[in-house]
Amino acid sequence: MAVPSYFTTGEKIAHYSLRVFVMLVLLFLISPIIAVMPLSFNSESFFTYPMPGYSLKWYEDFFFNDRWTGALRMSFFIAICTTILATFLGTLAALGLARTNFPAKSTIMAILISPMIVPVIISAVGMFKFYAQLDLASTLLGVILAHTALATPFVVITVTATLSAFDKTLMRAGASCGAPPHTVFFKVVMPLILPGMISGALFAFVTSFDEVVVVLFLASPEQRTLPLQMFSGIREMISPTITAAATVLVLFSTALLVTVELLRRRSEKLRGVQA
Amino acid sequence: MKKIATLLGAVLLAGTAFTASVRAADELTITSWGGAYQESQRKAFFEPFIAAGNKITEAEYNGEIAKIRAMVEAGAVSWDVVDVDTQTALAGCAEGTFETIDWAKLGLDRSKFIGGDVTDCAVPNILYSTVAAYDTSKTAAPASLFEALFDTTKFPGKRALQKSPFVNMEWALMADGVAPADVYKVLGTDEGVERALKKLDTIKKDVVWWESGAQGPQLLADGQVVFATSWNGRFYNAIKTDKKPFQIIWDYQAPDWDWWAIPKGTPKLDGAYRFITYASDPQRMADQTKWISYGPANKDSAPLIDPAILPDLPSAPDNLKTVFYPDPQFWGDKGDELRERFNAWLAQ
Amino acid sequence: MAMAQALPSDGVMRAADGTPLKVALARAERRERLKALGLVLPLFAFIVLSFLVPIFVMLYNAVYDPDVAENLPTTVVALQQWDGKDLPSEEVFAAFAADMKKAQESKMVALIGKRLNYEISGIRSKVIATGRKVGAIEAGPYKDAVIAIDKIWGEPETWATIKRSSSSYTPFYLLAMLDMRQGVDGSIEQVPADRAVYIDILKRTLGISLLVTFCTLILGYPVAYMLATTPQKTASILMIFVLLPFWTSLLVRTTAWMILMQDGGVFAQFMNVTGITWVMNLLGVMDGPPELFKTRFATVVAMTHIQLPFTLLPIYSVMKTISPTYMRAAKSLGGTPFYSFIRVYMPQTLPGVAAGCLLTFILCLGYYITPALVGGPTDQMVSGYIASAINTENNWGKASALGVILLIATLILYYVYNKLVGIDRMKLG
Repeated sequence: MAVPSYFTTGEKIAHYSLRVFVMLVLLFLISPIIAVMPLSFNSESFFTYPMPGYSLKWYEDFFFNDRWTGALRMSFFIAICTTILATFLGTLAALGLARTNFPAKSTIMAILISPMIVPVIISAVGMFKFYAQLDLASTLLGVILAHTALATPFVVITVTATLSAFDKTLMRAGASCGAPPHTVFFKVVMPLILPGMISGALFAFVTSFDEVVVVLFLASPEQRTLPLQMFSGIREMISPTITAAATVLVLFSTALLVTVELLRRRSEKLRGVQA
Repeated sequence: MKKIATLLGAVLLAGTAFTASVRAADELTITSWGGAYQESQRKAFFEPFIAAGNKITEAEYNGEIAKIRAMVEAGAVSWDVVDVDTQTALAGCAEGTFETIDWAKLGLDRSKFIGGDVTDCAVPNILYSTVAAYDTSKTAAPASLFEALFDTTKFPGKRALQKSPFVNMEWALMADGVAPADVYKVLGTDEGVERALKKLDTIKKDVVWWESGAQGPQLLADGQVVFATSWNGRFYNAIKTDKKPFQIIWDYQAPDWDWWAIPKGTPKLDGAYRFITYASDPQRMADQTKWISYGPANKDSAPLIDPAILPDLPSAPDNLKTVFYPDPQFWGDKGDELRERFNAWLAQ
Repeated sequence: MAMAQALPSDGVMRAADGTPLKVALARAERRERLKALGLVLPLFAFIVLSFLVPIFVMLYNAVYDPDVAENLPTTVVALQQWDGKDLPSEEVFAAFAADMKKAQESKMVALIGKRLNYEISGIRSKVIATGRKVGAIEAGPYKDAVIAIDKIWGEPETWATIKRSSSSYTPFYLLAMLDMRQGVDGSIEQVPADRAVYIDILKRTLGISLLVTFCTLILGYPVAYMLATTPQKTASILMIFVLLPFWTSLLVRTTAWMILMQDGGVFAQFMNVTGITWVMNLLGVMDGPPELFKTRFATVVAMTHIQLPFTLLPIYSVMKTISPTYMRAAKSLGGTPFYSFIRVYMPQTLPGVAAGCLLTFILCLGYYITPALVGGPTDQMVSGYIASAINTENNWGKASALGVILLIATLILYYVYNKLVGIDRMKLG
């Protein structure tokens, strides 16, 4: 992008220094991810450049060691259960809150969003003590319930955002054409809010998939998730397998990011928002 | 709506089935100190135990008694057998955190175990020692342990110490001129505690605190520190397996036991007993020395140990020239107070 | 359709079934509202039961502490008569000996010792020793026999502490978190300087959070500006740089910083290669090669990295709504570019700045994992001390009291955020 010819020298300097500054910040944002990925191919187990040789052995460890694969499976299972529960509960609530004149809407919304705001250590310690009394600590169900509580705010927020631009006359149109409420929901509302639901679901998935503090307190060794395995590995000693795991997770989050971006565009197109 | 409900139902059902399959009744969770030590236990005990048709889930911790207490108090005991040090065994026994060991049920002769009568709540498994070490390719040999840890002019650079008052405070007092025999008399008073902390203050900014036993050797290997403390087996493993040019400083080594203990309230008490009996077999305990340089607590193991490892054990005469025996009873009683004071000191 | 009909003679509009329209509408409204409530209720109940109730039950431990009262039941009753001046009567000592014998059997002595030790440093081991020896006292007089075990039982202060603990409710933990305590006479005083750490920890938490918020604003504002003003195509590519870290696991990013920030690690190599090390040494800021491992610097850098998108995105979305015509108008009216930017553009971005900074500040207050992994012992924040109160001290009262303070700070800011920005306008990505 060229500078317009009417810019003064001062403006030109400001313009170019802004660009340099922004590039440096973007570099800062991306650098730790970029810098660590190559280290996962290091043939030796240390973390400085230049690397003496290349090896895939840390990936072999990640994909074939029972500890890591078990943790990966456990994380997927917990995250999927959490996503389904959170998306279901969160979407319902967002639909309810979207109705006009909802009593004490702001307060109820604030309560529903609170798991995102309350420091997670407080949630984790509180849930540990309370769930233990219900015999839910150190169980899979306990972890799933806790993660669902942490994940629903994201669903509520994304679906609410989609609904805020939702044209309610469409529902009335459906109803006046004689469709029963659930038909209106599945044929009219659902397709329109689906992008919001899916991106909310992805947020919920990531929340659970990345969560470490709650599992640190609530999970027993039998519910060892990937973040827990990574965390205990880091505290133990950083093996390059952790950088391999990190690289795999970065690729995974890139895929999720692309999905959410595509969904957002689709949603904007559906709702007729100018991109 | 129906579709979603059906889906939800199916997932919950699958979840229950999955949970049931994971939480098999006979599966034991055994918690130990991670790293090379747990690897030696894995080779010597866990793997053969699994091969004999049992199921084990392994976990690691860094010796925090509070974690076990919190589990027992909350009634959510998910560890069935845990490897503890002596002060933890004593403190946990006094508080009812651990089951009292029924030696008849174990089918073991208590008198065959070195230190078997120290506590009623745990079975001794190994003798280890807290030591310091340095990298011979980077650092010259220090004249004494205290020079290595506290002389920052002669040896500039950082030191890796355990994030715990245990042994650090005793070493600090001895470095400050307290005679080894008087250490606990001094440390038992408030002034003594402050004196130890004051000595540690002189190196506070030069210390990297570690929490798990593997970190000491790793910090040394990465060149982040000039001296590191850890347990002798961890350095041994770095020297033998990873071929690191480390030298252990045996000067004022601090020997102690590790024990098997059973947190009170475990639903798998019988399994826990079976495992401890299995892991106390003289031959298996002797086998453990193939992977780590800790002395078996079972006297019957002594003749079965490969003689090649004997010079590397804390009990080798050459290593015992100057030795400091920590008082586990002192730590069992005063550990909580000193940990709290130490943590407050660290935060300042 | 009702409108099309002529008004009935009584002047009341009616629905098709003959009910007055007002009533019918109200009914429909109510039905609608019930339906809405029905939709929200499952999640509301779930959050309350699985999240809010556990937190409040836990925080209750900050003031509820029955350990001493439950395990020395007759002693605390006998102590009610004591005037608090001299040593308590023989009766009290007799009750104490009996309680301790029982506690020794039920293995509760250590718990009593642990609790009393919070207030009288060093008493835990003495209580445990007393528990072991008290069985030998078979008959009175108990007073001298108990004091003979340990002279701490001859101190009125010990008994004042036990008497204070006789109620199941205590202000002790909350006071302790403000570096205060109750004296022998019940008055509130400062704790000795070598024990006063919690105010420092609170200040440190607020300080780190402020610094990180400031850094994210300084770094994020220009980026948001550029993203909002460049053509869509370029902006979407640049956006990837912002969103990728946002979507990457927090643990992965923290691990990355931990690896990069080792002494002699990649970040230090970068500083050496670019000459930053040389300049810093020249300026006297540093002495020798960079020492970054487990430092405040590393903590702030890593936290800034993690929080940057949270500050940046709300600013960006506000900037996108600002029409470029304002700037053009300002310039055409004779404002210099700089002046126009400051006076015309920046005020319009303030809602975004407030939203982004508040969110970052709130989230920073609760940081635990990042300082634990990349920071040293003096870089730990309140959350870290809550975790270690549980994990290394098993002190629920302390953990809860710290939790209360942290939660209050968070909720105040959350309230401000809700008033200022509106929680329903929070956007992700």
